Amino acid sequence: MKHHSFRLSALSIRLMLIFLALLCAVPFLVVFINSSHSSLDIIQKFNLLPGDSIADNYKTMQSLVDIWRGFFNSIVISVPYTLLTGYFGAMIAYGFAKFNFRSKNALYAIVLASMMIPSQLSIIGFYRLCLNLHMTNSYLPFIIPGIANATTVFFLRGIIEQSISDSMIEAPRIEGCSEFGIFNRIVLPCIMPGVATMCIFNFVASWNAYMGPLIILQRKELYTMPVMISMIKGLYVTNYGAMYLAIAISVIPIMIVFAFFSRYIIDGLTTGSEK
Amino acid sequence: MDMIQPDARQLPRKKARRSTLAKDRYGYLFIAPFFVVFLIFGLYPIISTFQLSLQKWDGLMPAFSIGLKNYVRILSDQVFYLSLWNTVRIWLGNAIPQFGVALLLVAVFTFSRVRGKNFYRAVFYLPNLITATSVGLLFNLLLDGDSSPINQLLTALNVSGAPISFFQSKALTSGLVSFVQWWMWFGYTTVIILAGTTTVDKSMYEAAMVDGASKSQTFWRITLPLIKPTLVYLAITSFIGGMQLFDVPLTLTNNLGDPGKAVLTVSMYLYNQGFKNFNYGYSATISCVLFLLIAGMSGFAYKAMRSKDGMYKL
Repeated sequence: MKHHSFRLSALSIRLMLIFLALLCAVPFLVVFINSSHSSLDIIQKFNLLPGDSIADNYKTMQSLVDIWRGFFNSIVISVPYTLLTGYFGAMIAYGFAKFNFRSKNALYAIVLASMMIPSQLSIIGFYRLCLNLHMTNSYLPFIIPGIANATTVFFLRGIIEQSISDSMIEAPRIEGCSEFGIFNRIVLPCIMPGVATMCIFNFVASWNAYMGPLIILQRKELYTMPVMISMIKGLYVTNYGAMYLAIAISVIPIMIVFAFFSRYIIDGLTTGSEK
Repeated sequence: MDMIQPDARQLPRKKARRSTLAKDRYGYLFIAPFFVVFLIFGLYPIISTFQLSLQKWDGLMPAFSIGLKNYVRILSDQVFYLSLWNTVRIWLGNAIPQFGVALLLVAVFTFSRVRGKNFYRAVFYLPNLITATSVGLLFNLLLDGDSSPINQLLTALNVSGAPISFFQSKALTSGLVSFVQWWMWFGYTTVIILAGTTTVDKSMYEAAMVDGASKSQTFWRITLPLIKPTLVYLAITSFIGGMQLFDVPLTLTNNLGDPGKAVLTVSMYLYNQGFKNFNYGYSATISCVLFLLIAGMSGFAYKAMRSKDGMYKL
């Protein structure tokens, strides 16, 4: 019974793959197409071709919420966060990979354990911390934690151990290069591809974060893209065209990143999981 | 000679060891940033959440201790049990088809020559990158209302019962949350399992084929056992993520998990208790109980898998 075969014909395999690909792509197509149609058009028929109401939709969208403000806010958080994860992730990984100090394994176990902690479940404590530090309505609580990104440390430690030989570190050390100089000038440039891969993932994760910003940011002008998107249903009511346009704008940056780096992203995902 | 040689060798080695030991202290400097930031933004919130679970706090007045009252309350809180069941049901409803479809795709990609494998992999993975709140709102717009695009399609195809009021039915709403979660995650699961299969030695397949094993036998008997560590890893991380489900059910419905709290998840409930009802203490208690459930279940699953085979390290 268990072994009934997958002897699906080549045609049925092909059909299944195409069906799944359409299932993944069509919702985005509908968003892009409908973002250029008037709300009346959208409720009257299933649109297959782009319309001509994109300017009107844009006006309606901007008259209720400034989407670009959310876009800008998200960038102000995501870019420094990503840079911190890359730089400090590499530095911490280097510390674990190339130095032998007491209780290294115990300390590394803490790093690994922090990877498994469901962070959303300490959100109340996080909120209280931000209140105590007077950091509500500040982006720092979302940027600074980039320094302690355990997944990046884990991934880059493996890369450093594989690709940086001890002699590459010993040579400049004998020449009198400082320890931080060795890291900045030799180790970091060598593992840049790995750092870049992790940065792409961290950027996407930071760009998509929702619950933290929803709780900590109380002033509307500070809202990030996901927080704005979650609120527009109540604001735009039946302005469907404007809503589709807002979704399209929120989706486009990730689409562009993916279009250029998809190979890179999936390879990064793949090597990360082989460890 | 014999007496001198070991000494001669030992001397420079000792010296070298001392110098690396001196440099090794820099290791602490390199890793220090992690622990400073983790203590403040990682560990402190956890301890503080636990502390708050024993207190009453409305966010304005100082918090005060009420012992185990919150925990007594949660034991008889029907809404908590409902939200827990919703969360588990939604997770099962997407995890089972997710692994099913992913394994089917892996079998297809492993055993038949499909053109455009990388293209399909990329397209299937794309939904996983998109902001979950955008995905939730997108599917809400596609489905909600008699004149939504999906209902227009169903009406045009003469499907009986169309237009369907998707978000009036508890079962449909719950199923749709599972579907959207599946849609977002099956590509990721496929990519990770595929990566696991690339570590399988190709000669094992050839050996099996030579011995007359069919493709399906090869898949069940060779591929699957060898990628079990990957599957266990995926199952545990999927469970941990699924138990914290928040964005999709919130934005897919009316932010409340209606109709009839059908898709009110534990995370939504703890958010509502904290940031809408200002019962931060009770909200923290919900977090702690969910944390214990997740830790217990993951630990149990990990142990069970490990003791059975005794060889997997994650």
